[in-house]
Amino acid sequence: MPSDYTRTLPLGGASTRALVRLHLDPWLLLGLGAIVAFGLLVLYSASHRDLETLANQALRIGVGFAVMFVAAQLNPRLYLRWAPGLYILGIVLLIAVLLFGTTVKGSQRWLDLPGLPSFQPSELMKLAVPLAIAWYFHARPLPPRIRHVLAALALCALPTALIVPQPDLGTGLMVAAGGVAVILMSGIRWRLVAALTSLVVLASPALWFVMKPHQKGRVLTFLDPGRQPQDAGWNITQSKAAIGSGGFSGKDLFNGTQSQLDFLPESQTDFIIAVIGEELGLVGITLLLVLYLLVVARALLMATGAQDTFGRLAAGGLTLVFFAYVFVNVGMVSGLLPVVGVPLPLVSYGGTSAVTLLLGFGIVMSIFGRGTR
Amino acid sequence: MRRTIPGWHAAKGIFDRDRARQQAQLKDVDQERRDFASRTLVVFFVVAVMCCVLTARMVWLTVFKHDEYRTISEDNRIQMFGVPPPRGRIYDRAGNLLADNVPVFSIFVIPELTDDVDATLSEIAALVELSDREIDAFHTLASESFPHSPIRVKPHISPEERAVIEVNRHSLSGVQVKPDTVRHYPYGEVMAHAVGSVRRKTAEDIRRLDRRRYSRTQFVGRRGVEAFYEHSLHGEPGSRQVEVDAHGREQRELDRNPPIPGRNLTLHLDASLQVAAANALGERRGAVVAIDPRSGGILAMASEPGYDPNLFVTGMDPAVYDALADSPMKPLFNRATNGRYAPGSTFKPIVGLAALAAGVTDWERTIVDSDGTYRLPNGNRRYRDWTWTKNNGGGQGVIDLDRAIYRSSNIYFYELGSRLPVDVIPRFAEQFGYGHALSIDVAGASPGLLPDSEWKMGARGEGWYPGDNLNLAVGQGDLLATPLQLATVAAIIANRGNVVRPRMLVDGDDLAEFKDAEERSAVAGPTPDDWQRMVAAMEAVVHRGEQGYQQNGTAWAHIGLDIGYRMAGKSGTAQVVGIAQGEEYDEEELDEYSRKHAWFIAFAPVDEPRIAVCVLVENGGSGSSVAGPVAREVLDHYLLPKLAAAPSTSTALANESGRVPGT
Repeated sequence: MPSDYTRTLPLGGASTRALVRLHLDPWLLLGLGAIVAFGLLVLYSASHRDLETLANQALRIGVGFAVMFVAAQLNPRLYLRWAPGLYILGIVLLIAVLLFGTTVKGSQRWLDLPGLPSFQPSELMKLAVPLAIAWYFHARPLPPRIRHVLAALALCALPTALIVPQPDLGTGLMVAAGGVAVILMSGIRWRLVAALTSLVVLASPALWFVMKPHQKGRVLTFLDPGRQPQDAGWNITQSKAAIGSGGFSGKDLFNGTQSQLDFLPESQTDFIIAVIGEELGLVGITLLLVLYLLVVARALLMATGAQDTFGRLAAGGLTLVFFAYVFVNVGMVSGLLPVVGVPLPLVSYGGTSAVTLLLGFGIVMSIFGRGTR
Repeated sequence: MRRTIPGWHAAKGIFDRDRARQQAQLKDVDQERRDFASRTLVVFFVVAVMCCVLTARMVWLTVFKHDEYRTISEDNRIQMFGVPPPRGRIYDRAGNLLADNVPVFSIFVIPELTDDVDATLSEIAALVELSDREIDAFHTLASESFPHSPIRVKPHISPEERAVIEVNRHSLSGVQVKPDTVRHYPYGEVMAHAVGSVRRKTAEDIRRLDRRRYSRTQFVGRRGVEAFYEHSLHGEPGSRQVEVDAHGREQRELDRNPPIPGRNLTLHLDASLQVAAANALGERRGAVVAIDPRSGGILAMASEPGYDPNLFVTGMDPAVYDALADSPMKPLFNRATNGRYAPGSTFKPIVGLAALAAGVTDWERTIVDSDGTYRLPNGNRRYRDWTWTKNNGGGQGVIDLDRAIYRSSNIYFYELGSRLPVDVIPRFAEQFGYGHALSIDVAGASPGLLPDSEWKMGARGEGWYPGDNLNLAVGQGDLLATPLQLATVAAIIANRGNVVRPRMLVDGDDLAEFKDAEERSAVAGPTPDDWQRMVAAMEAVVHRGEQGYQQNGTAWAHIGLDIGYRMAGKSGTAQVVGIAQGEEYDEEELDEYSRKHAWFIAFAPVDEPRIAVCVLVENGGSGSSVAGPVAREVLDHYLLPKLAAAPSTSTALANESGRVPGT
């Protein structure tokens, strides 16, 4: 279903037209592909050149792209229709997790349903919350009234409140970020934004009382990394040492001592940006950040091209969730933010978030150029 | 556009009112799109700013803090490992090895490679003997090592033990049999007290020693030469700069700095003389110290019984150690350097020289011993001569200093003691090394005890009584000396007053441990004639014979009859029980008391002394008959081959026994 936006595409030729016919955005594909390629290269180094790890990750990314392809084919009307149901299903599953969830590494995040592979319902909420709030605003006049904003915030707060105690601060934050992004995109007045922001800041000390001891530890460690040098502070000290020692151009691929000699913890997963910093230097990190920025720019541009409120808000929200991952991950590894378990999108080893995020971009592609009416 | 949407009904009630209103409104689609586009622009601007914040943070880390983090990163990966230096060997003067390093095989366990360390140790214990002590030592070492480093479980295993471990290797994961080096003492017990021993580094050693130098060292000198020259024998460790991973596993060697081996030491000890001295003592408890009077070099230093120092190298069974430590024979006690005994009559030459120097007597002066007792002018207490019982109450008659030495007259020295001013004897005697350790490099040598008025006031809170001077004049009372000290005295007399300090090492003046010996020229006081006549009197102790019992040297009948060279000597007996001042000094009772220590000091040849010796036999009784023959045997062993090899000097000296020295 080609739209007038085809004309705005900077690529030409038959292959572009074929992609467009498949509702696949060439620019977004290019950006995502570049990030994935970069990520696989770094993962190869971080895994001490283990081809099996590389193959596993490539397979997962492949699954993610397949899911994205399928998601792009669906009519956005379906997403509008499924959004509230998906949200309610997610809430039910999150309650189920709290009641019957499987505990892995001290966190109760996984649900083992008979006949299904075990999965994390919180992952579903990263998509369901932006879609549900977009659906909510879709049927209401914009800019939204305060009570609509408060209702939307409630839609956002409920799953967050269910995820954080698992405990999973990272995913909880991402879910909340998705909701808040949609609310911001809905066009609320900046005055309101300022008021709500100051409310959150004032209320944030209250968070201290609902946080688990290890989460409190992370915050304390963030405020003073030398506090537990052998424990939580160790991670952040080593990641800063990796990035800092890499300097401008890095120690070259496969030559990072922090990562290759295992001084850097979680070097294949949450802390993989430190491997990039150590081996490819400031140049490598900046290159990756530019790629992320280009993807976000393209996806936001696509959001503005959506045909209706739901499409614009959903596409914008999903895009900003993606960026929230980047910002929180890079911020925590470089010591700007407390350590919360957020992977670097499409680069960190592990399939779940990659599939979720690519599914999100599939929805963005589906929405792009097609209305729900 | 109301349709049935899954989940819709649940949410419917909440939002129904809003929906009703919304339906009435028509949205301005274009306006909304424009609004969204402008908001998106703002949001993108915010996103770009956040990216800039991240980039700025990265610039801060990689550019401004680069040096600091590079240091942290380098410190992480580069570790310095010590390389232990090979311990210096110890040789005797003839080049015989006294302490060697021998290659052996030891059992090691790498904790990381075992399924269960304790289970693996039990499996080893089922194959070879493994004591609780060895298991404890393993755990001590394991607690301060990386789990991937091999830790010694049982050092120095036999070929049979090695075979049984190798055969069962398949079921012993993490267990290795590796070549190792341990200290070995070829002479075993004979040299134990002279050379000393090492022991495995203990927790206390780790606290005490330089951590860097001893990081990889296994054995630390604990006794004797091994302890005294620990610094030089140890050498300087080398180092290896190694790249490690976060688990401490070695990745590759970056740099290597080889160790400087410990110094090989050559001692004055003469191994064959040491063996002869030990044999001469036989089963008796005692000590023999022989010194070359020209250099002060210690030729022999035997303390019997000894122990096998090899037992200490690898650690021994607690039962074996307890048996050694608790034995009434005290085999671990170095009698030669730390046994403190009253020198008895061996002190008389010193007192005689002191009196000559003080002008209290001369060689012509005589006293008359009419009944073998001495009484202070205004005292009741009777001090008896050693001959009192033998002479049936009679005295030794007219006695001059010469005869007072070769007959060992107590009465003569009591009389001297009564006339010598307070502290004249101690001030003179200290020149010979009484009361302080004159030795240069003997580990832990006791200073003995040289009592004077100041010491007595401090120790007893009493003044110096005339009786104290009398006791001191015959080498009794509080005076205590070690065999090493009396051998030094014999060497100084042999040198006619030239002081030498005893030393183990032949050539070590450049070593850190070797305290620069201050030059002690000579004992002040006696004239050369005094020295010659004192030496002659001591020569008479051995050689003056066939003159009748009252005229013969005290040792002549025991060692002087068939001697092949000229020897000077002095016997002594040491009281085992202390005599408190004021207590009746009952010579008869003490003479009966069989548990006196027997002394003999000697040197030879008289005119050209090459060896001075001191013999102590614990509870041996008479110095002349018990300790004298031991001294003779030691001198014979040392001198006879040398004199036979150089007949020109020996002919003049040989076969002159029976000659009465001119008096």
